[in-house]
This record gives sequence, C-alpha cells and structure tokens, in this order.
Amino acid sequence: MSDRPLILAGLTLFVGLVTTPIWHGALDRKAALTAPPIQLPAQEKQCVAPASYMRSSHMQLLEHWRDEAARDGRRQFVAFNGKIYDKNPTRTCVTQCHTDRKEFCERCHDYAGVSDPDCWNCHNDSQRTSRSAP
Amino acid sequence: MKALSPLLAVLAIVGFAVVGGHTHAGLVFLAVFVPYAAFAVFLVGFCYRVARWAWIPVPFRIPTTCGQQKSLPWIKPASLDNPSTGWGAFRRMALEILLFRSLFRNNRARLHDRRLVLGEDRYLWLGALAFHWSLLVILLRHLRLFVQPVPVFVSVLSRLDGAFQVGTPALYISDVVILGTLVYLTARRFRNPLARYLSMPIDYLALFLLLGIVTSGLLMRFVVRVDVAAIKQFALGLAVFRPVVTSAITPIFLVHLLLVSALAAYFPFSKLMHMGGVFLSPTRNLANNNRSKRHVNPWNHPVKTHSYAEWEDEFRDKLKTANLPLEAEDARQITGH
Repeated sequence: MSDRPLILAGLTLFVGLVTTPIWHGALDRKAALTAPPIQLPAQEKQCVAPASYMRSSHMQLLEHWRDEAARDGRRQFVAFNGKIYDKNPTRTCVTQCHTDRKEFCERCHDYAGVSDPDCWNCHNDSQRTSRSAP
Repeated sequence: MKALSPLLAVLAIVGFAVVGGHTHAGLVFLAVFVPYAAFAVFLVGFCYRVARWAWIPVPFRIPTTCGQQKSLPWIKPASLDNPSTGWGAFRRMALEILLFRSLFRNNRARLHDRRLVLGEDRYLWLGALAFHWSLLVILLRHLRLFVQPVPVFVSVLSRLDGAFQVGTPALYISDVVILGTLVYLTARRFRNPLARYLSMPIDYLALFLLLGIVTSGLLMRFVVRVDVAAIKQFALGLAVFRPVVTSAITPIFLVHLLLVSALAAYFPFSKLMHMGGVFLSPTRNLANNNRSKRHVNPWNHPVKTHSYAEWEDEFRDKLKTANLPLEAEDARQITGH
C-alpha cells in the first residue's frame, strides 16, 4: 500500500527516460534536425564513386584502398566512370578536394555520432607536408 | 514444431517491410504511422500493466526465504537471502536486477547415478546476463541517432564498445555478445529436452524478433550499408513529430524499424514485461519481518464482535441466579480483588 508512490515515481522515471528523444527535441528547438552542410570542393564535381555510395560506404572504400595499396602494392583505382585515381587519401582526397576535414569529414561524423575517423593517426592532413605522406 | 508459427510471423513482418516500402503511401505507413502507433502502445501498455500491479494490495509479507531468518542474536542471519530490513531487501533486489542472482540457482535438473541432482546452470545465467547488458548498451548507443547534439556519455560508450577497432566501421563488442547469446538462448530451447518441452510459441517469438532486429542492424552496419546522417535526420524528425520520409529509408532499414516496432507493440502483452515486473515481485522486494513486526490488514472490515466477557456481563444476573460459574467472579476471587 505504502509502496504505491514509490512505484509511480519509478514508472515516471522510466517514461521520462524512454521519451528522452521527444522532450530533448522539444526543449532544444534550435538544434538542427538536418545534417549540417558540408564544404564541397570548388573545381571537382564528381567523387571517386557515386555520391550515394560515398555517403554510406566511404569508410569501406578507404579501407580497401589501404589494404590494396599498402599490402598488395596496387595503387591505381579505376573509378566507375573510367577515371584513374591514385589510392592515396592524402594526395587524392585531402589535397585535391576535401582540404579541411573540420568542414567536411567531421560535420557528419559529429552529427551522426560516428566515432572520429582515425585516418589522421597516420596521414597528415595539412597540405604543406602532404608530399611526405605515404 | 512450436517454433514454426513465430518464425512465420517474423518472416511475415520482414516481408511486409520489403514489399510495403515500394509505394510512397506504404512507406509513410510503415516508416511513420507504425512506429508512432507501436511506441504509443508500448508506453500506454507498459504504464497500464505497472499501474495495475501497483494497485494490487500486498497486505502481508511473502518473500521467498533462502536462508536463516533473523532470530536470536547469536544465530547468524542470512541478510541477503532472508532480509529482515528494507535495506537488506534493497540489496537483494539490486543483486537480482543487476546480476540475476536467482538465475544462479538450482535450475538444472540432471539424473546422476539414477538420482535427481539439482545444480545451477551457469551457462544460462551467463548467457542471460550478457544478453541483457548488451541490449542495454545497444539501446543507449542508439541515442546518438535520436538526440542532437550527441550526449558525451553515448560517444564514450560507443568508443568503449568498439575499443577493439576490428574492421571499418568498428565491430562493437555488444553486437558480438548479443548475437552469440541470442543464438545460445534460442539453441537452448531446441537442444535441452526440458526447455523444449516447456517452450511455447510465444517463447520463441521474442527470441526470433530480437534475432531479426540484431541481424538487420548488423547487415545495415556491415553489408547493406545505409546513409547514417540521413537515418539520423529521419529519427530526429520522428522524435519531434515532424517526420520526413526520404529515400534514405531503404528496405533493410524498414525491416529493422518494423521489427523494432513489432517488438515494442508486443512488449506490454508479453512476458517481456518482466522488465517492469522484476521490480515489483513481492517474493523478492519485501523484508521478511512477519514475526518481528505486526502487519495489520489495512482494509480489514470493522467486524462487530461480542466477546465472552461482554456476554457474561450482559447475562450476569441470570447466570448468578442459575448458579452457573462466572469467569469474571472466579478471576476476582483468585487474584483477590
């Protein structure tokens, strides 16, 4: 009998926790629902693969590149449209197009709560030293 | 073949998701209406069930006691297995909820030298514990898709969960554990003859739904990849009641979403309610103080009584004239009053 307030308090706590996204979204109306815009390269219009593929699977492409280039020595990537790229994220991706990872990579990674890319543990993303990168 | 009908039910849900998502109206129905309805059923049903339990009176202490009751000061009481105080009951509940202590008990019966031997089934305990903790971690990790900005503890949890950094995207420990334990818990129902005999179709349904959810989630992460940023946009839209149906809702995501909705809607009607019920089991959450404290039934109806003493008072004169023995008089003579 005397436990009823306790039970109802626990139930309220549970409902509060389960509905976190709802009240959090209602409280913070200013928070953007959509992903923040990313800085697109000025001169290049086409990535090494279609945008939809890059959006979902760029990490797997980069990992394939790493395995093939670093382990098998196959450094040429023939894109879907026949163009040939160097399998080198520093020279191909960072130097030519996505020069600022804060404006490109981290926008979506922060938004979707994806773990920070660990590319930069090895690859140097500053253009100055890009020629010394593997 | 009691597992067949739940298997067919889960496959039917998967089929619905794959086929229904082809038209725009079907997509809106399955991706917006169904999740909202399922969540509403879950919340209302869960609260209703718990509230009903809360209104069931528990006038007397009925804990299952598995140890020495508190008695004389020189007899050591089992304060966890036979708690005599609220604090003891709280500790017992904490161990029950966090570590599934009662599952670590005599729940395996074997014939040993033609004698029945009861022992604990450590694999069942470990499997169930690992499954539930993994499920909690996975649910908390999913907050990254529903809350903007992503809470720090969710990022930390994800990083710890993927600490082995196997592959890209990183394989989560909780994903491996939950898949392994679910396969084990399902296989147990098929392989153990006693569990197979006791298992009903509904016992398989929750397992198959969870297996479907985990499998579709893993497929989305590693095989049929989805645009995570677009998924988050959709999830945030759902949370603030401004849903946007985009092309990011691929069949595999719809399968995942529909299976989760099915599980959520099924939840209040099922044995999955042990999530709330474990807190309210009177055989666990009460202290065993039946003898040390007086428990008066609080809704006792006021009964009109007429004791012998009152009856004797009422008929005292008549009893006296009939020379019948009177208790009140006798007592007075004995005590000398």
